[in-house]
Amino acid sequence: MRNKLADVIYKLGLKNKKICVLVADISPAGSMEKFRKKFPNRFINTGVAEQSMVGIAAGMALRGLKPFCYTIATFALYRPFEMIRVDLCYQNLPVTIVGMGPGTTYSTLGGTHLAQEDISVARSVPNMDIIAPCDPDELSDVVEFCSKKRNRPTYLRIGKAGEETFINKQSEKWKFGKIRLIKPGKDVCILTFGPIIRKAFEISKKLEKKNLSIEINSCHTLKPFDLNGLKKKFKKFKSIILIEDHSEIGGLNEIVKSKAYEQSYLGKILNFSLKDKFIHCYGDQDDLLSKHGLTTDIIYKEILNLTK
Amino acid sequence: MKRFIKESKNRCLNYRKRILDISQKVRAIHAAGAFSVIELVDCIYYGLMRKKTKKHKYFRDTFLMSKGHGCMAQYVVLENLGIMAKKYLENYCTKNGKLGSHPDYGLPGIEASTGSLGHGMGLAVGMAHADKINKINRKLFLVISDGELQEGSTWENMMMAANLNLNNLICFVDHNGSQSFGITKKTHPKFYPMNKKILSFGWECVEIDGHNTKEILNSIKKRKTKKPLMIVANTIKGKGVSFMENKPIWHYRSPNSKEYDIAIKELKHI
Ligand SMILES: Cc1ncc(C[n+]2csc(CCOP(=O)(O)OP(=O)(O)O)c2C)c(N)n1
Repeated sequence: MRNKLADVIYKLGLKNKKICVLVADISPAGSMEKFRKKFPNRFINTGVAEQSMVGIAAGMALRGLKPFCYTIATFALYRPFEMIRVDLCYQNLPVTIVGMGPGTTYSTLGGTHLAQEDISVARSVPNMDIIAPCDPDELSDVVEFCSKKRNRPTYLRIGKAGEETFINKQSEKWKFGKIRLIKPGKDVCILTFGPIIRKAFEISKKLEKKNLSIEINSCHTLKPFDLNGLKKKFKKFKSIILIEDHSEIGGLNEIVKSKAYEQSYLGKILNFSLKDKFIHCYGDQDDLLSKHGLTTDIIYKEILNLTK
Repeated sequence: MKRFIKESKNRCLNYRKRILDISQKVRAIHAAGAFSVIELVDCIYYGLMRKKTKKHKYFRDTFLMSKGHGCMAQYVVLENLGIMAKKYLENYCTKNGKLGSHPDYGLPGIEASTGSLGHGMGLAVGMAHADKINKINRKLFLVISDGELQEGSTWENMMMAANLNLNNLICFVDHNGSQSFGITKKTHPKFYPMNKKILSFGWECVEIDGHNTKEILNSIKKRKTKKPLMIVANTIKGKGVSFMENKPIWHYRSPNSKEYDIAIKELKHI
């Protein structure tokens, strides 16, 4: 996704002179090399200084520029959090904070690099929009949207590298603030966001063999959340499955369940989220997810039980 | 001293080999950043930290690796000291293991979780001050990267260390002049002069060759003041493997098998 990000920002930057990129000394920012070479004035590497990255971006936005701040998710959101809250959100400035490699993505780097509660943190701040695209195609639409004339800060949560594309001919068009149907289905509805959508597809394939038809949706906009869209899902489905590479606190799990209560939804909702626990293990991403019960097998079995 | 230098050299050669070996199993290794602090970490543990008495678990003094991504250097030294059992590094970064590519508090010999840069100085100031309150005779040895001197938090805590007169705090800056995204001199020319900045924050500051055992050992002996001590250790990122040295792309990369063979051969000659 990070290569896609760099490509799209470069292309948009050619047309829109207000777009600027700020990074804080991470090697993946190397993919921004093209932008840096072409627009040396509109590219700043603050060094290992994330607070400075966000503070400077806020100042640039106050002067009418359109900054994108880009680093690893934990350092993009947590380290400069008060700059984000006060400089960006309180003043309502159009800066996009790009948090790369969230959730369990950095599976060998340990707890300091795992942004498992970033959406929860970002969601609680007024004015902040949150978008988490599920694949490089969706990311492309989102970046274009963020670069448009908007007067709000955005937290853009993106994967790292090598993500598959899931958007297909059956998928709806991307629209900010709308739950996006990626793959239609009749029996069970999966709501998810971010690259972990791959699990939804794996599960759906297995369930099709049991004659269950699964609908898969990308809830890319976590804030503001699409309440009308959600109501429609409540009407259409008796079972809703939530899959997120994020804490059970403050993310999709809590958004959907609190709305279900308000809407007196009588169906079943199963959530597969990260537990409210720091992760002290290593391996590949699936190894980490499995420690929190997020395996294709477990989800598959629980859906089968639910639909019996 | 001569004997120590010889032994240290040997150990450092073995550490580098061990790290390269592990890099062939698990690619998530910051080998270059570890290679630049190998001599420092070895000398701190074997030469500078005071041995334990019955009261202490491992050492009388404390070591913190603020540049957490350089932890491989600390792991191999702890392994050599017998503090960290072999199985830890054997299972490095695997699902059966407990060691990842940043140190975690509670593992044998690891006294704080680091990995987010710019936290070590604050932790060290707190620990060093607590030792004073508790009247414990203990030194705190801290290793930070030069990149961490870009984080405001490091400077805020340096000022505080001086305010609190923490003469029990000794910090080494791994000054390799290289970061994730480039060479500091080029990307941030006003990073320099560095030593003057450190002095002006109320620290004593000396400069040494960070790969020279003798200079490292002597660095704390010549202290002139009761201020916290910063030792700027000039180092080479990737030291020992020519194609890794000072090349930012090696910040996170692991050598492939061909590069591995060349690297192992080259190591014998440093
Ligand atoms: C707060 C924070 N921001 C960003 C990173 C990502 N990161 C890992 S190493 C590194 C910089 C490498 O340069 P330096 O700190 O000088 O270490 P060295 O060159 O000695 O490896 C960065 C930015 C981090 N670990 N923590």
